[in-house]
Amino acid sequence: MDRLLRHRLAKPLVFALCLLPLGWLVWRGVGGDLGANPIEALIRSLGDWALRLLLVALAVTPVRQITGWNGLARFRRMLGLFAFFYVVVHLLSYVGLDQFFDWGAIGREIVKRRYITLGMAAVLLLLPLAVTSTDGMIRRLGGRRWRNLHRLVYVIGPLAVTHHWMMVKKDISQPMLHAAILVLLLGWRGLAAWRARRHTGAASKPQREPSCPVRVSPPSSS
Amino acid sequence: MLIRTTRRIPDSEVTDKSLWLDRRRFLALGAGGALMGAGLSALAAPLSGVVKSPYTVNEALTPQKDVTTYNNFYEFGTDKADPAQLAPSYFGAPPKPWTVAVSGECGKPGTAAFEDLIRPHPKEERIYRLRCVEAWSMVIPWIGVPLGEVLKRFEPNSKAKYVEFKTLVDPDRFPGQRRSVLDWPYVEGLRMDEAMHPLALLAVGLYGEELLPQNGAPLRLVVPWKYGFKSIKSIVAIRFVETPPRSTWMKSAPHEYGFYANVNPQVDHPRWSQGKERRIGEFLKRPTLPFNGYAEQVAGLYSGMDLAVNF
Repeated sequence: MDRLLRHRLAKPLVFALCLLPLGWLVWRGVGGDLGANPIEALIRSLGDWALRLLLVALAVTPVRQITGWNGLARFRRMLGLFAFFYVVVHLLSYVGLDQFFDWGAIGREIVKRRYITLGMAAVLLLLPLAVTSTDGMIRRLGGRRWRNLHRLVYVIGPLAVTHHWMMVKKDISQPMLHAAILVLLLGWRGLAAWRARRHTGAASKPQREPSCPVRVSPPSSS
Repeated sequence: MLIRTTRRIPDSEVTDKSLWLDRRRFLALGAGGALMGAGLSALAAPLSGVVKSPYTVNEALTPQKDVTTYNNFYEFGTDKADPAQLAPSYFGAPPKPWTVAVSGECGKPGTAAFEDLIRPHPKEERIYRLRCVEAWSMVIPWIGVPLGEVLKRFEPNSKAKYVEFKTLVDPDRFPGQRRSVLDWPYVEGLRMDEAMHPLALLAVGLYGEELLPQNGAPLRLVVPWKYGFKSIKSIVAIRFVETPPRSTWMKSAPHEYGFYANVNPQVDHPRWSQGKERRIGEFLKRPTLPFNGYAEQVAGLYSGMDLAVNF
């Protein structure tokens, strides 16, 4: 499995897979197959995929450590950036198609509708993560600082799930599923950190490297 | 000697009911797809003897396909595509006889067959706006009879201040009722003067045909100045009562859904604005009108009431 993950074509394949939902939506949109309310269907579907990709990106490290498929780490950045990409398209469709660039109305919604406030907060917090996703930025920030910054995703995940949960009118089965997965993924990290601390003594820093950004470039202080 | 014992079929080999219903659904979808080519009308029987009513708005109709495939009817499922997809196999045709139990504060309670309920009244076609609480809207040519005229026949007495309606409970026909998303049966209610208002319609059809299950066959309410969820579908019970009934959505989220639920651009839903709406088929949102554009006819019913409190 690990050899397959390291195959030359694995990355292009995952890249194409990540674009598939958008392609499918555009195809259905052009063909008039998005139902009676295509704008709502588009915005909600983009949001769903942003959330799913965020959870998939958060699953990379736990799955890698449990299975030992270290090749998975190669996909983490791309998955995270695709989550950000879907968030951006989701936001742009809300601004352009739903509100038709009515900035006043958008501003009022952000202030007044708590689920939109939370969504916007998640977007703002995602921005620095996307900007610092390049190798150069990792080097410039230094591994530890980069890692600390990117722990923001532990806030973004709950924000995103809550944003969806509060928007749903009645049937909360999907947000509940997302929340359960998120609790599992974050809980696993919490447990791993707690164990690491117990093994090495509370005083010293955890020695394990579960969230090492790019293993080819060792952390260097700027 | 060989003694053959009949092999007991283990539960694991018995096809689950939902699966064979799905198979039926698959076949029905195939047949439905074939009929689509011949037009949607092949699925519903046309209604005859319909007179045009003056209670009609002069606005572009929402296409029949949208009216019959984009439905909030949680009895089938919470997705708006669920009702049209599941209705052919699960609901089929409305069971016959379809009866409506009329009870409570009235002189002539009893159970009436759906046909007997409607027959004495001329069927009217009325083109109404429909505004959903989710901020989308349609324009629908309904066919029905005035609710007030029907109710009068049961001789409501002076204690009848409100009227309560209930939807059929039957999880075999309504697969959505197998989950307790809402507190079944679906319950709605009107104040007596609202129910007697000439705009309140007991609908049996749309676009010249009998109602399809996803639109509330065979009998539903249409109250055009209120949010869509007040217009209860597939009615099996009507009760005249002295105190205001608690509707299903009031029970589900009391701070979001009130008893009156009049369309009001000034009073927002706690989670979204009601100032504008997306008319299905249009790109830009349009402003929402007070009482969904029926203020001239119905605003008097609420004079002196604080509509922000009585939302």
